[in-house]
Amino acid sequence: MGILEVKNVNKRFGGLQALGDVNLSVEENSVHAIIGPNGAGKSTLLNVLIGKLAPDTGSVLFDGQSVLGRKPYEINQMGISRVFQTPEIFGDLTVLENMMIPIFAKRDGAFRMRALESSVNEKEVLEQAGEMLESLNMADKRHFHSASMSRGDKRRLEIGMCLAQNPRLLLLDEPTAGMARADTNNTIDLLKQIHDERDITIAIIEHDMHVVFSLAQRITVLAQGSPLVEDTPDKIKGHPKVREAYLGESA
Amino acid sequence: MLGLNGRDTTLLVIVAALALLAPFILNPFPTDSGLAQFNAGYPDLMQRFAIFGIFVIGFNILFGLTGYLSFGHAAFLGVGSYAAVWIFKLFTYNVVPAILFSVVIGAIFALAIGFISLRRSGIYFSILTLAFAQMSFALAYSVLSNPKFNLTNGETGLQVYADDPQMFHGDHLPNLPHLFGLSMRANYEMSVGAWDFNFNAGYYVCAALLLIMFYLSMRIFRSPFGMMLRAIKSNQTRMTYTGLNARPYALAAFVISGMYAGLAGGLMAAVDPLAGAERMQWTASGEVVLMAILGGTGTLIGPILGAGFIKYFENIFSKINDNVLHGWFAFLPDGLEDFIVAILHPFIGKGWHLTLGILFMLVVIFLPGGLVEGGQRIGRLFRRKSGKDDAEKATQSTPAE
Repeated sequence: MGILEVKNVNKRFGGLQALGDVNLSVEENSVHAIIGPNGAGKSTLLNVLIGKLAPDTGSVLFDGQSVLGRKPYEINQMGISRVFQTPEIFGDLTVLENMMIPIFAKRDGAFRMRALESSVNEKEVLEQAGEMLESLNMADKRHFHSASMSRGDKRRLEIGMCLAQNPRLLLLDEPTAGMARADTNNTIDLLKQIHDERDITIAIIEHDMHVVFSLAQRITVLAQGSPLVEDTPDKIKGHPKVREAYLGESA
Repeated sequence: MLGLNGRDTTLLVIVAALALLAPFILNPFPTDSGLAQFNAGYPDLMQRFAIFGIFVIGFNILFGLTGYLSFGHAAFLGVGSYAAVWIFKLFTYNVVPAILFSVVIGAIFALAIGFISLRRSGIYFSILTLAFAQMSFALAYSVLSNPKFNLTNGETGLQVYADDPQMFHGDHLPNLPHLFGLSMRANYEMSVGAWDFNFNAGYYVCAALLLIMFYLSMRIFRSPFGMMLRAIKSNQTRMTYTGLNARPYALAAFVISGMYAGLAGGLMAAVDPLAGAERMQWTASGEVVLMAILGGTGTLIGPILGAGFIKYFENIFSKINDNVLHGWFAFLPDGLEDFIVAILHPFIGKGWHLTLGILFMLVVIFLPGGLVEGGQRIGRLFRRKSGKDDAEKATQSTPAE
């Protein structure tokens, strides 16, 4: 059984069947990509996984526990971290503060009042945040205003913030959308490095075939709300159904 | 010192010095000189500086850190005042229990109103708080003041009467709010040459509390809790997906700021033992928003500067009348003198709101960061020599002052 099990998930928006009988199993410590043409239901599926949308029927199990009906922050506390299409970071805060917040969240839980302690005395948190920034090669930017950084750096920081919590599953939603080639390649390298160094499962939703075939060990192709095929990258590349779904787009 | 870093300690020392030496600093002009009307060192006004300072420091913990703009904070100020006067009426004129009770009542109201209002954010949150404050005003003004159940004494305002129980009041105690026997009105006037300086017990009680509250807000700003509050303002989506529940953090900030407001309300009653419903009206809620923005939202010292600025100009401009203007422009030919006085007339006396409006516009347009930004710009002019340093700092974030 995989770490993430999606079973018979259906979701309708009025007359549109956004997800129809989706079954998906993500193996622990694998990199699993979900691809598909526009409107295939990739984003809807992701929103179901993180608790933003409730499916009409079906179940989603993470490590044997249902995630349905839980709030997004509870799902994060279970060990699922999410990276967004546009980097979501704390733009008004410094890079170091951005890195401290997820570490506080991991240590203190969803809410803990520490109003009279001083942040600069949190040696352990500062140390962890510093190490994380070091490993991202961002240590020299720790006092930067995070909103002033490049898109690539923001993405790096966001991934780092997720990793600082030691998640078991990292969900990425088109992590390289709108990035220059160099930034895209850096992100691919970073994700490869993360996967090599840690016990972590990565599920990635992506348009860019270069990214998908560089990273994924397993690929699920969604079309019109349902999984078309699931296989290894080599098999997917030449699959006639996939070619058909993409209408001749080079896959 | 006191768990603060060097810069914060300096700031605290400066604020403490300003607060303790206020009777001197605010009275720079000799009593008989023509400029004496610009003096602000009389007890009533100094008390208001300190009280509104506390009010706006608390408001800034909510608005400055979390970005939630409450338009109903005067409600907590008002209930604080009523709570304090009830303690005076039923038990004792000692201000300590009255102030403690007003903080508790402020917290309870803030908990209830915040719990409901924080279900929404942005403009909807502001409107909800405004609605609650106006409801509280209506309750205080009429509903809770009928012959059968008179909690607020309506239009007249709640005050202490001779036939009130005042269970713990003794004959040897002053017949006014006091701190263990020291009347809040006790005043020592010191004459030095042409100057008169007022040292007022009520003011020093307010100033001491202002310093404590300022220190606490500093600790909150620098704490992990303060960091979470800034995270709410910065990006709630990221916060939620980082495993943090934003709602209780925002509610805690709301209750803390409600307690500050309750304390300010209690102090208002302590220096002048009556409570009226007009304290809860929306204009009063709007005033604290103006103070915070004018001074510099989200900075430590800004809100206090904003409160001082508004209260000072409210007093000074409302005191100037046509006669004073004629006195100033007497050196001009008669026709010109009348003309200038006629032009300035709408901006003085009862028209001081007009002047304040113009000043507010100028600050918001030219100094979006408020008076604190003005101060920083002046500071930078003096530090031009190390220009390279500044350019470097500009790309980094400046921590809230």
